[in-house]
Amino acid sequence: MILFYKKAIQDILDNRFLNVITIITISLSILIVSALSLFFVNANDIMSSWKKGISIIAYLKPDIVETALPEIKGKIQGMYGVAEVEFISKEEAMKRLKEQMKGHSSLLADLQENPLPDAFKISLLTSSAGSKRVENLAAQIEAMPSIEEAEYGRRWLERFTNVFDLFRFTGYAMVGIFFIAVVFIVANTIRLVIYSRQNEIEIMRLVGATDRFIKTPFYIEGLIQGAIGGIIGLAALFVIFILITLNVGQVSSSDIFHIRFLSPGVLCGIMLCSIFVGWLGCYISLKQFLKYETG
Amino acid sequence: MIDGNDKSSIIRMFHVHKQYGVKKALIDINLDVFKNEFLFITGPSGAGKSTLLKLLYYGEPVSEGQILIDGMNVFRISCSRIPFLRRKFGIIFQDYKLIPTKSVFDNVALVLEAIGRKRQLIRKKVNSVLRMVGMEERSKSFPQSLSGGEQQRVAVARAIVGVPKIILADEPTGSLDSESANIIVDLLKGFHARGGTVIVATHDKELLRTTDNRIIHLKEGQQIK
Repeated sequence: MILFYKKAIQDILDNRFLNVITIITISLSILIVSALSLFFVNANDIMSSWKKGISIIAYLKPDIVETALPEIKGKIQGMYGVAEVEFISKEEAMKRLKEQMKGHSSLLADLQENPLPDAFKISLLTSSAGSKRVENLAAQIEAMPSIEEAEYGRRWLERFTNVFDLFRFTGYAMVGIFFIAVVFIVANTIRLVIYSRQNEIEIMRLVGATDRFIKTPFYIEGLIQGAIGGIIGLAALFVIFILITLNVGQVSSSDIFHIRFLSPGVLCGIMLCSIFVGWLGCYISLKQFLKYETG
Repeated sequence: MIDGNDKSSIIRMFHVHKQYGVKKALIDINLDVFKNEFLFITGPSGAGKSTLLKLLYYGEPVSEGQILIDGMNVFRISCSRIPFLRRKFGIIFQDYKLIPTKSVFDNVALVLEAIGRKRQLIRKKVNSVLRMVGMEERSKSFPQSLSGGEQQRVAVARAIVGVPKIILADEPTGSLDSESANIIVDLLKGFHARGGTVIVATHDKELLRTTDNRIIHLKEGQQIK
């Protein structure tokens, strides 16, 4: 095995130009893929924090007596996906409205009667904050005899969920396309190396070298290229990440969201993918190249 | 026709045909080569000498017929067994077929590396064989810096270092001056004297005139009786 590693390293040094091109190609692809991953991880965090803010307001019918409130609250609390239920009396609602409209208090000053209904503010579990689930829950609440109307900002939520799904789908598609492109580029580069050594391989076969003996150094080369390409790509991403966080430090440290780098698990996954790409590129080239003509 | 000789055969060819498209390169070849025989195959260019050698080490597949090499049926051989068939041979070519990016030592060592020999043994055996062919001093040189005769001596060293049962030499003296050619023939004779089987494809008339070994004549792919 040591012999194979020595041969692989020697081959890389002998074909420096082609190998450097392969490593750069892998690095750039890993940089793009990992940058996309970084974007989606952080976008997901932001979306999750927004989802935490999603709530349903259930307006009560005017004739509901105060003694019935605990039972209604209990029923809503028992529904799947509900995190918390808060009662907001019409007086409390008016107080909040006045606070929100401080600059325009004259608009509310002339009201003889409080037109706002009593309501429950229903906070949802993050896992239940998808557009369909919220819609179902709102319908369930609205179907209760004591509830006049359940409101949750349907349009906003639908748009938000669609945009998020579109982002996610685009991300998967781009990662997939990059993966395939890199495999073919690596395969072609390794094919060039193999062609440049066609005579050598032919001589090795004539002296009785097995395919394993010929292929193994190429596979090791592919793994080394994949590993080096992965390390360079991720290191470049880290440098870019540091530069970005230094420049947008104020925003990232705010309460709205916190930009974070990829987790060790994701980094390991990307490294393994990179190594796999190197190996797969080799496998495709060698499979096509090393065939005996059988009678 | 198979020889009725009772000497044991190391190579047996039965009604062997080789065809490239519509062109027939070999037609109904029947041949026994005996252990420790020194055999010449001769004939004009295009007679099928090189093709016949290629069939033996599976450089080309047989179109029709059977070939047995030391008990191995070449016609039915699987791809994974081809390297093991080739290890029975040491092959010498007119154009030497040395790897230009490897030193003389590494070119010869390649055979032993391919069969998984240990480094110490490889060093010992390669040095010994290079000494035998008179190339020990040039072990660190690269093929481009050697003369044709020297390159062919390295090729002979590579052919014999794995101690094969048979040496196949395809026009081994074709590109050499007479002095270098004699050295190569002497090295082949030395291998034969140590018990090996040698098959030489050549149209070197001088070489054929001075030998008392068996000569097979080919013409237009057919064996001339």
